[in-house]
Formats: sequence, C-alpha cells, structure tokens
Amino acid sequence: MAFLTNFYAFLFYFAAFVILAGLTRKIVQYARTPAPLKIPTTPAPTTRSGVVFRMMREVVLFESLFRGNKWTWIFGWMFHFGLLLVTLRHLRYFMEPVWFPIQLVQPFGIYGGLAMIVGLAGLWARRFLVDRVKYITSTSDHLILGLLVLIGCTGLLMKFVFHVDVVEVKSFFLGLYSFEIEPLPADPLLMLHLFLVALLMIIFPYSKLLHAPGLFFSPTRNQVDNPREQRHIAPWARKLEQ
Amino acid sequence: MAKATFEVPELTQYTEVPPVTPNAMAHSAPFKSKEDFQIPLGFPGELVDDWQAKAIDKMGELLGNYRSLRVYLDSCVKCGSCTDKCHYYLGTKDPKNMPVARQDLMRKVYRRYFTLAGRFFPKLVGAEDFTKEVLDDWYSYFHQCSQCRRCSVFCPYGIDTAEISMAAREIMDSIGVGQKYCNEIIGKVYKIGNNLGLPGPALIDTLEGLEEDVYDDTGVKVRYPIDEVGAEILLVTPSADFFAEPHVDGLIGYGKVFHEAGVSWTLSSHASEAANFGMFIGSYANMHRIAQRIREAAIQLKVKRIVFGECGHAWRVAYSFLNTLAGPWDFLDPRYPVPQHICEFTYDLIQEGKLTFDKTENDDKVLTYHDSCNVARASRMGNTPGGQFEIPRAIIRATCNHFHDMDEDTIRDRTFCCGGGGGLLTDDLMELRVKGAKPRLDALNNVIQEKGVTHMAAICAICKSQFTKVLPYYGMEMDQIVSLHQLVSNAIVLTPGPDDEEDDDEPDDDLDSEEEETDEAA
Repeated sequence: MAFLTNFYAFLFYFAAFVILAGLTRKIVQYARTPAPLKIPTTPAPTTRSGVVFRMMREVVLFESLFRGNKWTWIFGWMFHFGLLLVTLRHLRYFMEPVWFPIQLVQPFGIYGGLAMIVGLAGLWARRFLVDRVKYITSTSDHLILGLLVLIGCTGLLMKFVFHVDVVEVKSFFLGLYSFEIEPLPADPLLMLHLFLVALLMIIFPYSKLLHAPGLFFSPTRNQVDNPREQRHIAPWARKLEQ
Repeated sequence: MAKATFEVPELTQYTEVPPVTPNAMAHSAPFKSKEDFQIPLGFPGELVDDWQAKAIDKMGELLGNYRSLRVYLDSCVKCGSCTDKCHYYLGTKDPKNMPVARQDLMRKVYRRYFTLAGRFFPKLVGAEDFTKEVLDDWYSYFHQCSQCRRCSVFCPYGIDTAEISMAAREIMDSIGVGQKYCNEIIGKVYKIGNNLGLPGPALIDTLEGLEEDVYDDTGVKVRYPIDEVGAEILLVTPSADFFAEPHVDGLIGYGKVFHEAGVSWTLSSHASEAANFGMFIGSYANMHRIAQRIREAAIQLKVKRIVFGECGHAWRVAYSFLNTLAGPWDFLDPRYPVPQHICEFTYDLIQEGKLTFDKTENDDKVLTYHDSCNVARASRMGNTPGGQFEIPRAIIRATCNHFHDMDEDTIRDRTFCCGGGGGLLTDDLMELRVKGAKPRLDALNNVIQEKGVTHMAAICAICKSQFTKVLPYYGMEMDQIVSLHQLVSNAIVLTPGPDDEEDDDEPDDDLDSEEEETDEAA
C-alpha cells in the first residue's frame, strides 16, 4: 500500500510540474512571438475593452463555434461547462476550510459530470458519423476523448455506485502541499481515476489541449481594429526599414 | 468562350455540403515559376539541394516571426466547424480543401519536427516527414486556398488558414518552388510599376482616351491626371482599372466623383498598382518593397491624402498593413485617415449632400452586391465595425432604384470568395476557379430567379476579372458583373465647368443609355 501511495504522490508531483512548466513555457513562447501584422477577423472591435468583450464571448459562449456548427457547439459547450462545474466541485479536495462558493457548487458539480459525459459522447459520435469529421480525425483525437470519458465515468461510478473514502483522498492531497505523504485508499476505481487525471495533466502542454491558452493569443480574435490610427510594427520588421 | 475540359457543377438553390471525395482535385496545380521570375524576388531559381532541411529551417524561422502560425498550428482540436465553409471544398468535394485538412498538410510536418509528441509518436498524432510527396501536396493544395478567411470566422480559436497557406508559399519559395503567376507579376511591379506591365506612356495614353470618352458622353471635361505634382489626393488603384472591363468603368466613376468634389487628384506611374501580391505569397519582404512604392510616390508628388480604388486584397494591405509597411504617414493631412477607400470618399460626399444622382440611369439593372472577402473579413471602411458592408450598399442605394441582397449566409462576413482570389486568378487553374465560384453563384442565381436580379456589383479587381471569366461557364453573361463606381458613374449628375458646352449634355446622356441597352442585348 505504501508503494502505491508513494507512486501516486510522485505521479502527481510530476504531473503538476509538467503541466505548470509546460504551459508556462508555451505561454511565454506565444507571448514572445511577435504578430507582425494586424489580422483581426473583421468586423472587429476598435477598442481594447471591445476586444475583452469579444474574447469573453469566445471563451464563455464559444460564439464562433455557435455560428459554425450548432451540434458541435451544443456538445462542446456541454462538455466544457460540465468540466468547469466538475473542476469547481473537486476543489474541495484541495482546500481546508472549503470556500463558501465551492460549497454552493457541490450539487451542480454532479450535473456537470453528467453533462460532461453526454457532451463527450456527442463529440465522439460526430467523429464516426460525419464523413468530413471522420476524415480529419487522427488516433490521438480518439485517445483524448477516450481518456476524458474514462475519467468522467470512473468519477461518476465512485459517486453513484462504488463509494470511496473521500476524507482519506482529501488528506492525501492536502498532505502533498507540505510533502507529507498520507495514505491513499487502495480502491481500483480511484487508482484508475487518479492515474488518468495525471495522464491528462501530463499530455496537456504537448497536445491539442493547447487550444486553451492558444485562444487567448489568437491574433484574429485578440487584436484591436485600429491599424490606420496606430502604427503596429514588429521588432524584426523594423529592421527592414533601416 | 472556351469549352470546359472538366465537369462544371450544376447550380443548386442552396449550396449543399458534398460527400468527401478524396483526391478529387489532386491533379490541380498552377504552373511553376522559372528562374527569371524567382531571382528578382530574392528566391532561388529552382528546387535547392538539401531542400528538406532548408524548408524545416525556414519553418522554424517563420514560427519565431509569426505568432499566428505558432498558435494556429498548436491549437486546432479538429472540431470540424470549418469543414463545410470553404468554397473550394463545397465546389470540388476534395477533403484536402477542407480548411482543417489543408492546415494539417503543414501541421503534420510541424508536429514531426517541432513537437515532442510528433518526434516520438508520429503515427499517433498524425505527424509525417517532409517528403517529396508531401511537398507536391503542399504545392497543389496551398494553391487551392484563396486566403479568403471564411474558415477563420467560424473557428472557435480564430485559426486563419490564410496565415498557414501564406507561410507554406513562403517556405516553398525559399526552396525554389514558386508559383509562376504571382512571382512573374511581382517582378513586373518592380520593373514597370504595375501588375499588368503597363509603362507610363501607355497609361498617359489610356487616361487621355478616357477624358475624351467622358467628354463625348457627358459634354463635361472630367480630368484623369497622372504624375501631377502638388495634387491633393494620390489615387492608387489596381492596374486592371486602366483598361479591363468592367474595371475601367469604375475608374471613370472615381474621376467623376473627384470632379464633383472639386479636389485635385492624380495617379502615379511609379505606384500605378494597388494590388500587392507579396501578401499572397506570404512574403513580408516583398510586400514591404511593393508598398514602399506608394510612399515614394506620395512624397514625390507632394500629395496630402491617399485614396485607394476598388480592389479587395489591395484594400486589406492598404487598410490593415500600409501603416505598418510604409508608414508613418505624418507628412500627410492628419484630418483624413491614411489611406482612404474610394467608397469612403464617395460616401462622405453623399452624406454631405455634395453629389447629385439621377437613379433612373441605372433603372435598366436590378442589382445585388458581392462582399469581397478581403474587404469583408480583413478590413473596415468608415468609423464603425461593419462599415465595409454598409458603405458600399449605401452607395448602391443612393445610385440605383433596384437592389436586393443575396442570402444572409453568403454575404457580409460570411461572404463566399469569388473563387479567384489569393493569387489563383490564372488560366492554369481554370477548373479550380470555376468550381470554387459555385457557392457564390448558387446564391447569385437564387436572387436572379427570385428577385429578378440582373447585375452583381463588386469592389475588387480580382472578383471582377474572375466573374467575367467564370459566369459564362454557368450560363450567365460576362457583363453581369459591374464595378460599384460604374453605377456611381452612370447616375452622377456632373456640374459643367466654364468651358463645357452645357447644351450637349442632355442628348448625349440619352445616346449613352441607348448604347448600353444595345450592348446588353448583343
């Protein structure tokens, strides 16, 4: 048992390091790479605050996807919003005392878990049923969907069927903050659930999951439409001017 | 009219999404550029030794120079939102013309050489070596993208396939694989000053001819000046405006508007081209060099303002990039934006009540308006977002009695490309151009049937040339495409100058409209 607990402790330190370091590296890389030309997809906002509003609509409502494909939007939005609720619900394992808003969100987190699975199932079905989407799907796309579905299902099973000692789980994670390794319940479902979550964290900065930070750096969405008013020039392009 | 050697699609009431038909357009590729056209642009004359390594180096360089490329290659989740948005996919059925699949041609190489997952698990993530086959696919399919950005409108991350196809063309040029059409034309701009290779004397001759024609038609002396130092406005317009139909009718219209505005203006033989094909080939250096000619002309002619004629991608480069490429414009009149679009100029005059129109002059037409992709999705007119849609329509409404928009899903920022943009307006891509025009023409045909539309107005030289060529394939007439300022030109009531014979005005006008009707009947 001690071995398993130690293994999972190490796994989560490693996964946390990879996702933090990997994402930081990517975000720094995106931020440092210049966008030499003004390329917002127009009509675009003409002010900074307008751009913030546009980005919020993209991040919260998936506005462009809504315009593009209603089915993908419904399933995609269900999945992401469900995932958000589930993540908020899970925060209780990582804090003591639990913040009041996180207490409030607890019941909604369960619905979130269900919405997540339904959304994922819909997205996955499209990869088989729509010939165009099937054509562009690669093995990794199936694997990431499988990973997320398994994470969701193992989580829901623990909630509704095979209960786990969540108090011990919580003390395990709280212990990790101070490098005190508390025993983890030796439940196969929990082991699988946690292993897959760690795997998800590890692949995050090396896969298409980079769409999360990527969106914020997309020049077609985050640029202000003011090229005539303000001269925009990248450092490497300035060299051409001598 | 040349007979098609391929199957022309049948127009449908609404554009249907076709089933995936692999390799349907694999045979399509434009003529390759020769050494003579490559060298002046700073590219190797033919495929270099060690091209694979050099291409990967170039890709690395571009990844460091363009945030768009870096972010877009990483971010795609293959959601499929773009898959039914490209006019080339809708017209050709070839799945590699789905924007995501087109991007994947580059993404698979990016993954192989620049990502951990692609280096260790290429099969899993669809990463591939940059082989000769992949290069051939690049050449074929990155020349089946008109960089119209329709896909980017619907992408949840705003991924713009134009950015990727521009980068791909830049990489190919850097290893000696260029496209003849674009590169030859850019060479002409460097050598002569415009895409069509019209030298200064030919331009002067043409413009004198226009002055005579307009005088004969209207009895009013409207000037079409070139290289006049000290004029207030420099007009930069696509060189097709100097003689191609219906482009030239637009140029006649600009001159009449300037005449009524009472401002002095001039063209420039040095900057006798608004188009900037440097954008199509993704070459910042060439785009910069072409744009500099406009700055040089503005300084040399001591103008106060710069106005651009009707051209889609030129307006993108002008509106979005000119300040970057050739600014700052601190030596021009700060009361006006630099540059201005001729539509903004005309619209402002209409708002101020300075133009008088006789709308009945356009009563022989029922119009619709084609939003050119680069104007619609990559620029703006006026002070508010969306002005690029409203201003041209306002001008049509001010000059014509009969106007109907096409289906909402095919106009404004969802407009379909004409099928000839992005450096594809060449006869060696005729099949692609005809098939790519289908979605636009479906919508046009719909308003022809339902609303009795007879003509489509556009504000892009490429759109005008493309439709002129492609409409007959679908059983329509080539002159059903008109310049926006042609409508202005028809309807504008000119104020005679002191040496104009006023009496001649009326009968000439009548003669003019009769002539037009016979033209159409023929």
